[in-house]
Amino acid sequence: MSLLELKNVYKIYGDLHALDDVSLKVEKGEWVSIMGPSGSGKSTMMNIIGCMDKPSKGEVLLDGVDISKESKKNLTTIRRDKIGLIFQQFHLVNYLTALENVMLAQYYHSMPDEKEALEALERVGLADRAKHLPSQLSGGEQQRVCVARALINYPEIILADEPTGNLDEANEEIVVDLFHKLHTEGTTLIVVTHDPEVAEVAQRTLVLRSGKLSKEVVNENFTGKIHFDS
Amino acid sequence: MKKRKMFLRMIFASLLRRRSRMIVALLSVAIGATILSGLVSIYYDVPRQMGAQFRNYGANMIFTASGDELELAAVNNAAALIPDEEKVGVAPYRYENVRVRDIPVVAAGTDPEGAKATSPYWSVDGNWFTGAGEMMVGANVAESFRIKTGDMLEVTYTPMTDDSAADADNVSYFTVTGILQTGGSEENYIYMTLDDMSALTYESDRVDLAELSISAGAEELSGYADKINAADDVHASLVKRVTASEATVLTKLQALVLLVTIVVLALTMICVATTMTAVVAERRKEIGLRKAIGASDRSIIREFMGEGMLLGLFGGIVGSVLGFVFAEQVSVNVFGSSLIFRPLLVPITVIASIAVTGISSLMPIKSATEVDPALVLKGE
Ligand SMILES: Nc1ncnc2c1ncn2[C@@H]1O[C@H](COP(=O)(O)OP(=O)(O)OP(=O)(O)O)[C@@H](O)[C@H]1O
Ligand SMILES: [Mg+2]
Repeated sequence: MSLLELKNVYKIYGDLHALDDVSLKVEKGEWVSIMGPSGSGKSTMMNIIGCMDKPSKGEVLLDGVDISKESKKNLTTIRRDKIGLIFQQFHLVNYLTALENVMLAQYYHSMPDEKEALEALERVGLADRAKHLPSQLSGGEQQRVCVARALINYPEIILADEPTGNLDEANEEIVVDLFHKLHTEGTTLIVVTHDPEVAEVAQRTLVLRSGKLSKEVVNENFTGKIHFDS
Repeated sequence: MKKRKMFLRMIFASLLRRRSRMIVALLSVAIGATILSGLVSIYYDVPRQMGAQFRNYGANMIFTASGDELELAAVNNAAALIPDEEKVGVAPYRYENVRVRDIPVVAAGTDPEGAKATSPYWSVDGNWFTGAGEMMVGANVAESFRIKTGDMLEVTYTPMTDDSAADADNVSYFTVTGILQTGGSEENYIYMTLDDMSALTYESDRVDLAELSISAGAEELSGYADKINAADDVHASLVKRVTASEATVLTKLQALVLLVTIVVLALTMICVATTMTAVVAERRKEIGLRKAIGASDRSIIREFMGEGMLLGLFGGIVGSVLGFVFAEQVSVNVFGSSLIFRPLLVPITVIASIAVTGISSLMPIKSATEVDPALVLKGE
């Protein structure tokens, strides 16, 4: 059984089909990229997989559970237990330190554990920035805090919507390296990106166009390392 | 336990690290709490303060003889039944007919300290009489006899005995220390001490009546009167006009203060609710984020409620201190005396402040749970 399966999923706003009969499978431990032009429905799909939105039609099976039929309350629980989210705008609570932001995810999930949170920050190379507020961190550092927060509860899937959209190449590489590390540890990754260099790193790339899956590219020589053309 | 620690760490961080935002909210809570605790202080202090003011309008209890005669000792015994701290003054009076320059005049013997206290509105041109050989003259008497302060006056008394042959006039001399103006019948009398009165007329412990000024409410006063009347030596009666109007004014004043308190409370609630609404509105994104990383509606409510109540706690503490200062200022400026500090008012203010902030935060916090994380996180 696949970890994630979308069966004929639609998301319809008025007469706009943001998602138009999308079916796909993602296996446990897979690293998948999603590409597509602006407005093609990438974020819409991620929100549905991330239990923050429901499809208009179709089934979404996450670990065998059809999340398109669950109540809002249950979706919150599923999201908390199974999913780690990373966004393009490094959303952090601006009055909490890096460490506290990571602990926040622990707090809602189970028990805050300062030591463990600090270890997560260490993994993203920010142990020495633990006591800094988001405003005292660079964009790349903030995004790494978000990665630490996303991985702290050992989620089944990490969903990243344009995680490198606001980062320079150096930070892009750091984040992709972190994904690689997570991948080798067995975490499933779904990464939305505009950047072909980031997309190419994954094992498989899906392309969305006007709400439909238009193309699928399998990366034959997968290394998990980013490779810049220039 | 660890969860509670993180919870506290979060809401403290929110209040302390977002100081500039929170200071406005804190201010609105603190001002509300200040006025609330100030007004409640005044509300409870008004009877005491006004009581003192009312005592300027003269005696509110009169002792008269319950049998044939009223004796000074009986007056003192009866007065002893009233607590000293409430007794503003006791003035026994004994009236006798005397003659000044062969014209009959009523002389009153009294205790000048007691009379001064029970009749604070009496105005004396010159000084009060204080001891033997001194006398105060009513304005009417002074005018008819053309008496001035400092004059020496001869006062004659003719004892009334059965043996009229033995009658010889008693004569005493007095220095006039002051002219009394009251606007009432007191201006027709001359005033001396009870001892001088006894020396001039005949040795006696008899007085005609005693006026008392007592700083107590109408109910307490009638309680004292009943107690004294039960003892049977003295008949105590209340000066109804004074006690009744005191009670009316007090009730009205307290009602007014209560009304203002309720209005202030309502305004505070609106103010806090507005502030909390703004707080929630500007933090939609944060709420969306918290939800996205797994916060349930209940934990969002708990966190914002926690912040609101912590705000209420701080505001309440600041407010109860400032409230006392405020009430003290009002008290000193309006009543001219300082306030009694009521420690119980501190916890009451703090609890009220927490409750008010909590209640007025309910609506805005409810709307916080309706934030859709997908929409908020989508981007700017
Ligand atoms: N809440 C909504 N109501 C109406 N239309 C919406 C809503 N959310 C998204 N859409 C529309 O659905 C389409 C897909 O939006 P989506 O955000 O998924 O695009 P995207 O692929 O993530 O684009 P981008 O690369 O610019 O982020 C867009 O045309 C968008 O306008
Ligand atoms: Mg998008």
